[in-house]
Amino acid sequence: MNHNYQKDIAGCGLTGLIHKKKKRVSGEAIVKSLCLMNDRGNGLGAGYAAYGIYPDFKDFYAIHIMYDDPSIRHTVEEFLKSNFHVEKTEEIPTSPVKHIAIAPLLVRYFATPLKERLVGGIEEEDFVVNTVMKINSEMEGVYIFSSGKNMGTFKGVGNPAEIAEFFRINEYEGYIWTAHTRFPTNTPGWWGGAHPFTLLDWSIVHNGEISSYGINKRYLEMYGYKLTLLTDTEVVTYLLDLLVRKHGLDVDVACKALTSPFWKDIDDMEKDEREAVTALRLTYGSALLNGPFSLLFGHSNGLVGINDRIKLRPLVAATKGDFVYMASEESAIRAICASPDRVWAPRAGEPVIVNLEV
Amino acid sequence: MFVIDARGLYFRDLNDKVRGALKKGETEITLKNVNGQYYIGDGLRDGSTIIIEGVPGNDLAAFMDGPTLIVKDNAQDNIGNTMNSGKVIIHGHAGDVLGYGMRGGKLHILGDVGYRVGIHMKGVKRQSPTIIAGGTAGNFFGEYLAGGTLILLGLKTKKGEPIVGDYLGTGMHGGEIYIRGEVEEKYCGKEVGVMEADEEDLKKLRKLLTEYCDDLGLDIDDIMKKKFKKLIPVSARPYGNLYAY
Repeated sequence: MNHNYQKDIAGCGLTGLIHKKKKRVSGEAIVKSLCLMNDRGNGLGAGYAAYGIYPDFKDFYAIHIMYDDPSIRHTVEEFLKSNFHVEKTEEIPTSPVKHIAIAPLLVRYFATPLKERLVGGIEEEDFVVNTVMKINSEMEGVYIFSSGKNMGTFKGVGNPAEIAEFFRINEYEGYIWTAHTRFPTNTPGWWGGAHPFTLLDWSIVHNGEISSYGINKRYLEMYGYKLTLLTDTEVVTYLLDLLVRKHGLDVDVACKALTSPFWKDIDDMEKDEREAVTALRLTYGSALLNGPFSLLFGHSNGLVGINDRIKLRPLVAATKGDFVYMASEESAIRAICASPDRVWAPRAGEPVIVNLEV
Repeated sequence: MFVIDARGLYFRDLNDKVRGALKKGETEITLKNVNGQYYIGDGLRDGSTIIIEGVPGNDLAAFMDGPTLIVKDNAQDNIGNTMNSGKVIIHGHAGDVLGYGMRGGKLHILGDVGYRVGIHMKGVKRQSPTIIAGGTAGNFFGEYLAGGTLILLGLKTKKGEPIVGDYLGTGMHGGEIYIRGEVEEKYCGKEVGVMEADEEDLKKLRKLLTEYCDDLGLDIDDIMKKKFKKLIPVSARPYGNLYAY
């Protein structure tokens, strides 16, 4: 595959919604919202992540795999079977779409790690992460798109409508949705490079660029993460996994590490807060995200939206009853929620954190 | 009055219809069911009025030279880029980077505005742009301001809440900013001087704000009850010798 891609003007559009009481809604809404921002992308990548879509298999890790090279499928499945109990294997249902002439083989597995493989007191989730890293970095032509429970990522090269039709997004029902249309600028437009980027139940969609990628990547590699997807956004997914799941930070504290306040503002804080934030910045200096970005991240308990610290990319949020919406443009929200209770533009670096209430 | 139903129309088709109607001599056009269509009013040069029902997309009124756009709802980012004359009235809030390099005309916004409003706006003598927002503004308000007038009212701001963000007037080297309420100097750019608005300023403000109030149905006397701070650049051509050593 030729990953050489010329720089072009930036765009990208993202949108997400959550129902706080876990009412599941069809993918139709998020598709409609994303399609309104079609011109923010250029057809070189679109994708959707949804939570609550596999209630019948909610205790299994839903492993979505893309095979660039179908001949490796057998090897991968043998590897999986020697490490996991695989409850169900099926090709991800797709529909033929005119402009998607070539697609990789896409298969999903509902699986759970074999007890006897969890040796040395390794946590189940770490075992899954290690499996994802091993397959993505060591096996040629195969990538794991998502690996969380009761959630899944569906993405590829195409525009929002094409990818939605291809993956039959309208047929899924979830209580959290995120979606992205891509305008690749610094990295190649390929199936693995489309958003969302997912690990366990973390899924990220992102508009902008992570200029601190090099520092973040080296930092993550020290903890065993392998960055294989040729795109800056990948670091955000792994940083959240590290900070929240491994180090046990609350989501709001993790956000403060990723988009920490400027030193001049820290100097102005009261003593206790100043000391806490200083400690956080010093500890997680290598996790600081720099550059222009707005991003949404979904996880099993909620949805979070956040901007870079000087707001170089757009983000709008809105509420309507138990629904919360976030998108690059207000019109993308209004396309599916004509009269929100409240609409606002979150401030730079200040996350909008929405948690499920049930 | 000419009506165009914009529901589901692609921005190019909508803007073609608007131009077509203007060409046929229509002077007042209502666009119904607008949602997210980019570039409305861009580059138009006449005295027409366009009423927009719904949320127009980014880059509204760019390079506009004459028309009046009335948005009955909220609006998005990049309004009035390099606009030359005319007026945009917004009955809701608006997004980031409003009036980028704007060189004439008016933006009247009822609600809050986002980041980098009035960035590099410029004005000379009679050609002087104005942006007035009734709510609050984000960081970098009036960044690199070179001319014209920015007015921020904070009409719904409660005591203790900030009206404007950090980096106020950073890089400002012309024009003036009026804030209705208090300004903390630590949030101002190094080039900015803060002072009380004097008699002359208040006269000017009353004139500009009377038109704003007429457009948006507000009471001018109520607005003028509160004190205004005036911000101007205090250094003259700080980089004038940069290439002259």
